[in-house]
Amino acid sequence: MKRADDFQERRKHLANMTDEELFNHFWAVTEQVVDPLLELGRKNTTPSVERAVLLRMGISSMDTKAIVEGCMDKGLMGKGAGHVVYKLAKAKGIEIKEAAALLAAGEAWDEAAALFK
Amino acid sequence: MAYDKLEKDVKIDIDRILEDLDKYEPRRRGWVWRKHEENLQMGPFTFHDMTTPLKQSVGLPSSKYFDGMDPQPAPVITTEIASGRFEDDIRRMRMAAWHGADHIMVIRTAGQSHMDGLVEGTPQGIGGVPITRKQVRAQRKALDLIEDEVGRPINYHSYVSGVAGPDVAVMFAEEGINGAHQDPQYNVLYRNINCVRSFVDACESKKIMAWADIAQIDGAHNANATAREAWKVMPELIVQHAINSLFSRKVGMKPENICLSTVPPTAPPAPCVYLDLPYAVALRDFLRDYKMRAQMNTKYMEASAREATVTHVLNMLISKLTRADIQSTITPDEGRNVPWHIYNIEACDTAKQTFVGMDGLMEMVELKKEGPLVEMSREIRERACLFMEEIVEVGGYFQAVQEGFFVDSGKYPERNGDGIARKIEGGIGYGFIYERDEDYMAPVTAHFGYNNVAQYGGDPADPAALIGGCTFEDRSKIVYIDELDETDNVNVRLAEVEKYRKSSLIKPEMEWLADGTIMLNMFIPANKRVAEVVAVEIGKKLGLVDPEVINREIMQEAEGTRIEMKGKVDFDIDVDTLVIPPEPHVLSDAEIRADIDANPMKVVCATVGEDEHSVGLREIIDIKHGGIEKYGIEVHYLGTSCPVEKLVDAAVELNADAIMASTIISHDNIHYKNMKRIHELAVEKGIRDKVMIACGGTQVIPEEAVKQGVDAGFGRNSHGVDVATFLVERRREMNK
Repeated sequence: MKRADDFQERRKHLANMTDEELFNHFWAVTEQVVDPLLELGRKNTTPSVERAVLLRMGISSMDTKAIVEGCMDKGLMGKGAGHVVYKLAKAKGIEIKEAAALLAAGEAWDEAAALFK
Repeated sequence: MAYDKLEKDVKIDIDRILEDLDKYEPRRRGWVWRKHEENLQMGPFTFHDMTTPLKQSVGLPSSKYFDGMDPQPAPVITTEIASGRFEDDIRRMRMAAWHGADHIMVIRTAGQSHMDGLVEGTPQGIGGVPITRKQVRAQRKALDLIEDEVGRPINYHSYVSGVAGPDVAVMFAEEGINGAHQDPQYNVLYRNINCVRSFVDACESKKIMAWADIAQIDGAHNANATAREAWKVMPELIVQHAINSLFSRKVGMKPENICLSTVPPTAPPAPCVYLDLPYAVALRDFLRDYKMRAQMNTKYMEASAREATVTHVLNMLISKLTRADIQSTITPDEGRNVPWHIYNIEACDTAKQTFVGMDGLMEMVELKKEGPLVEMSREIRERACLFMEEIVEVGGYFQAVQEGFFVDSGKYPERNGDGIARKIEGGIGYGFIYERDEDYMAPVTAHFGYNNVAQYGGDPADPAALIGGCTFEDRSKIVYIDELDETDNVNVRLAEVEKYRKSSLIKPEMEWLADGTIMLNMFIPANKRVAEVVAVEIGKKLGLVDPEVINREIMQEAEGTRIEMKGKVDFDIDVDTLVIPPEPHVLSDAEIRADIDANPMKVVCATVGEDEHSVGLREIIDIKHGGIEKYGIEVHYLGTSCPVEKLVDAAVELNADAIMASTIISHDNIHYKNMKRIHELAVEKGIRDKVMIACGGTQVIPEEAVKQGVDAGFGRNSHGVDVATFLVERRREMNK
């Protein structure tokens, strides 16, 4: 889009604000821009968010990739990749590490998926 | 034995840095600011804005006139070091720290922002370094040693962006990284990463960074570097800063860890201060709650290091007149190559020199409260408000990006239609956003957003308790990977340069050990094109490999061109084959003065023989030239063409402590013959055991002079302090 500089026209509602009013107005509008972005983050997840969860659970970076890919294949991303590992470990009575190793090796996926049915 | 201390005259040992890295633990988390020192006394001065001095450092070249003092300015000083080989960068980091850098920023290798997941090992990088756990650990470990050595904490910094932002943030939190770039807008605009993905990832990254107390730097300055007419994007820059700042704050980052990467948008020959100052004032008004990381202008940068330096000094004038909490430095050679060692150091020195020179300035001047500064600043802020309002009007941030609002070269609300437009449904990572189910769960600390741990009886305030703590509570859970690639890693690279690390062989270098690169400066009396070709031919004849002109500046179209050229040498020098005489030893000015105060000294001196030269001797004696008079030594100067007999007689008559003779003419060894004669005359007159004799001249070899019977000889490049040192020390010996 091309548009000439219509600053003088547009600024009319700002012209009489004090500097402090302008400051407050600016941040109120910024908040309107930012809030929906935060809401997206609360409601959604991504492969990198889930890998970052798995890393904190003590799973190696290589295994985090394999597990998150498995979660995407099995439609389990909405559960959380860490959740999948956690639930499998609990169900099998094994350590998080062991459950992660199984999943990273492509094993136990059907069992894991069944836990969420 | 643990590697826990550096010796200032021993090179840092990269092998020992790499040893036991799997067991390394960072000593702290979080960012450290410098400590202000009220009315700091250094040398004869009281400073106003300086911070705690370093234990060890390299001062500015002129610090030698001030007893080596090295005042440290208020802002944290950044240097960006990333040559592609992190092991060589460690050595550069040490040099930079000694010159005052306390924020070391590592640029990532080209393409890392598109790599899905963490990179491991130590592959070589291009235009940066592959950021990996091993590389980060090695550099942080080295910086621990370096910060102890200089006596000030060093902040270590890299980037949390790209499609693996949260992965990287976790690794940084675990490894004690102190600062990081994080700005989802950067991903969207410059890396074409899907905008929804960028912001969802950013929520997680920022939450992790907040936990680790990592200072964040945003990416807004890139709009300045990218826009066609950089001085017009000021309203947008404020908008970008504000979006990232408020977004970060709402994720949970504390305001004092939110730093704006702000650049004065213009540079000479534009009237840059007139344009940049109102912008800086406007930004610091609207973003008053946040820290300012003052970046330098790279938009208008050519190959001239001198021009870049002046622009950067003007940038720091803006920092000083407004506010900068972190002062970034751009190496002045960035316009022509990946920065070299010496230019990182030059840039740090430029920052230090400029701020030290402007110490206390704001106690004497203030910005006007009316007139163009205030009017222009208000206008920029209003334009920024209007920009933000229109984002809301069109339906929000993503819609605005899609409509090409950003990096448009028009001065908003003017639009030129050349902005960067990114589709909401497009870009890298599009299609990889998943809505969290009701039973979504992540049993870890610092996880953003909906997290149903209650379904397992977990505590929402401590989700990681479900697994007995995550890596943030229990470091032993971190999985350290050493190397994944057998051919592309630090061990292979170190083996290749083994002989330059562990022998007496030396090659010059600019970025990597033994790269052989040197730079030559020359003036070629020909036009620019001819000069370039001639210079390369000169390089070839000198035996340089790959000679290449890196800077050409016209002195006058016909008269000639200034050329800077680089090339590589294909030989090395074996230090063991060289005779390296020790540095001449001198006493401090204070010590010499004290000695003369306690025991006054009288000398007679002259240029002897048929010799009318006077410059050399005057340099040695005159107070104006730093000669021996300045120490309080009483000098009787008998002039030029003085017969040696007259000189020795004067010594007898005045009861002088020393005779000093200058002999420039060396035909038929007359200079040495005169020395011998002075010695013999002094013996004849019975004063030789009481009087010191020193002779100097451009053709004098000190050892030869002493063979003639005098006490000392001084050749070319001798100074007053050398002679005064001799006189004081020799007299002490005689009085023993």
